[in-house]
Amino acid sequence: MDKRMTPDDIAASIPDGAVLGIGGWGSRRKPMALVRALCRAPARDLTVVACAGPDLGLLCAYGKVRRAVVPFATLDSIPLEPWFRRAREEGRIALTEYDEGLFMFGLLAAAHRLPFLPTPAGLHSDVMRVNPELRTVRSPYPSPGHPAGEELTAAPALRLDAAFVHVNRADRRGNGQYLGPDPYLDDLFAKAADRTYLSCERLVEGFAGPPQTLLVSRATVAGVAETPGGAHFTSCEPDYGRDERFQRAYAATAKDPEAWDRFRASAIDAGEDAYQREARR
Amino acid sequence: MTAPPTRSEVAVAACADAWRGDGEVLAAAMAPCPVLGARLARATSSPDLLTTDGAAVLTRDPVPLGADGEAEGWLPFRDHLWLVLHGRRHVMLGASQMDAEGRTNISCVGDWERPTAQLLGVRGCPGNTVRNTVSYWVPRHSRRVFTPKVDMVSGVAAADAHELRRVVTDLAVMDFAGPGRTLRLVSVHPGCTAEQACDATGFDLALPEGGAAAVPETRVPTGEELRLLREVLDPGGVRDTEVPG
Repeated sequence: MDKRMTPDDIAASIPDGAVLGIGGWGSRRKPMALVRALCRAPARDLTVVACAGPDLGLLCAYGKVRRAVVPFATLDSIPLEPWFRRAREEGRIALTEYDEGLFMFGLLAAAHRLPFLPTPAGLHSDVMRVNPELRTVRSPYPSPGHPAGEELTAAPALRLDAAFVHVNRADRRGNGQYLGPDPYLDDLFAKAADRTYLSCERLVEGFAGPPQTLLVSRATVAGVAETPGGAHFTSCEPDYGRDERFQRAYAATAKDPEAWDRFRASAIDAGEDAYQREARR
Repeated sequence: MTAPPTRSEVAVAACADAWRGDGEVLAAAMAPCPVLGARLARATSSPDLLTTDGAAVLTRDPVPLGADGEAEGWLPFRDHLWLVLHGRRHVMLGASQMDAEGRTNISCVGDWERPTAQLLGVRGCPGNTVRNTVSYWVPRHSRRVFTPKVDMVSGVAAADAHELRRVVTDLAVMDFAGPGRTLRLVSVHPGCTAEQACDATGFDLALPEGGAAAVPETRVPTGEELRLLREVLDPGGVRDTEVPG
């Protein structure tokens, strides 16, 4: 079994209007090489579902995003994601803004092929106002303080056409291993998607380390690409930390059209090899 | 002779006091002063608290800012989200806007459809406020933050919340014991007056019985707290970058 693909082949398989989940969290272990490939690919009008960082930002910068489904967008060490911010302030993208727990339950529901999962998250907040499609559901069971059953938000399943996830190690069958401190929601993205594409720092013949580090099963994976530095400039512990200098340069492009043209031409449009050369400068 | 406490040290001790008596719950925080407050509380008044290394590790002891420590547990983001619903968590959140009833906003400024300033997004605020004990940290007490109406309700009002306990700022400590569960001035930090705190608030701040003159001073940190802050938890003085002089 060999599911190896190139990042460009993976990006080319994403159709216009696709609902795309992206793993990682903020500016941590984001599948940036796949995102960069998607920036170069023809796909447009995407719905991006993510605990978002520069993945969403870069796709916004390239005008690929019709809607973002997110609880936040951040670069962590830089609190606000500059290109997401700009896209919102210029009214260029639609937004489905969820609470983090509501968002995770949406992925959990999709992963379990349930239509929804109940949660108190969202109640009494403007998440209900700005997402008028959200419904509440009354528990059929009495609970302490709620003899008639608790009223809860019905987190709708976040089914994904495709998902991108970056891990430390993978095999050519599409099994993925994370070696850092946090799995984020990556396995849920993989399980919620019809087709998951994995990128990895290194393809291996077999896995070292405990089996609970094997986060993503080949049963959910359609394609795998070896992309050394593929999460750069976000962190990919323990292989590397965030490249703060490079991230600052990226962030500055949102307010400087000339810097953006340079960044785009040298770091994205010129392809992944050119990007990795830029990253090592 | 120990140097007298700075404003940031008073604020950190006030943050620490928010967790006093909480027992064996996660003391969660993001900004430097609340993170220090959580670890200081664990190191002094509230040793049963659980604290992290700022990432996915629950540390065996409260660790200095930015340091790793021996693990006693694992708490990746998904388990924070589990703990939010489970409830054994008292979090000190930030707020870009807060109204008198305790609604907060970290999402965006202006009309949500097309904001004048997109901020973080609601993050976990809605779920946190309905299921966890929540306190707030505002490093710059101003009318921009304390505003009559928030633009996007991220954290829910005190009346709808599980428990909104404390609001700590660079000027004062507040709670929600005002009329109709509104924001009330509890104490002002040494060097700050009740009038100053009220002037920096964009709505009428409830006062204790006896009015402005009856508002006490926030306690100053003990010698042991100052030693822990200065020599152990934050020798680099990150707290002073968040609350200067």
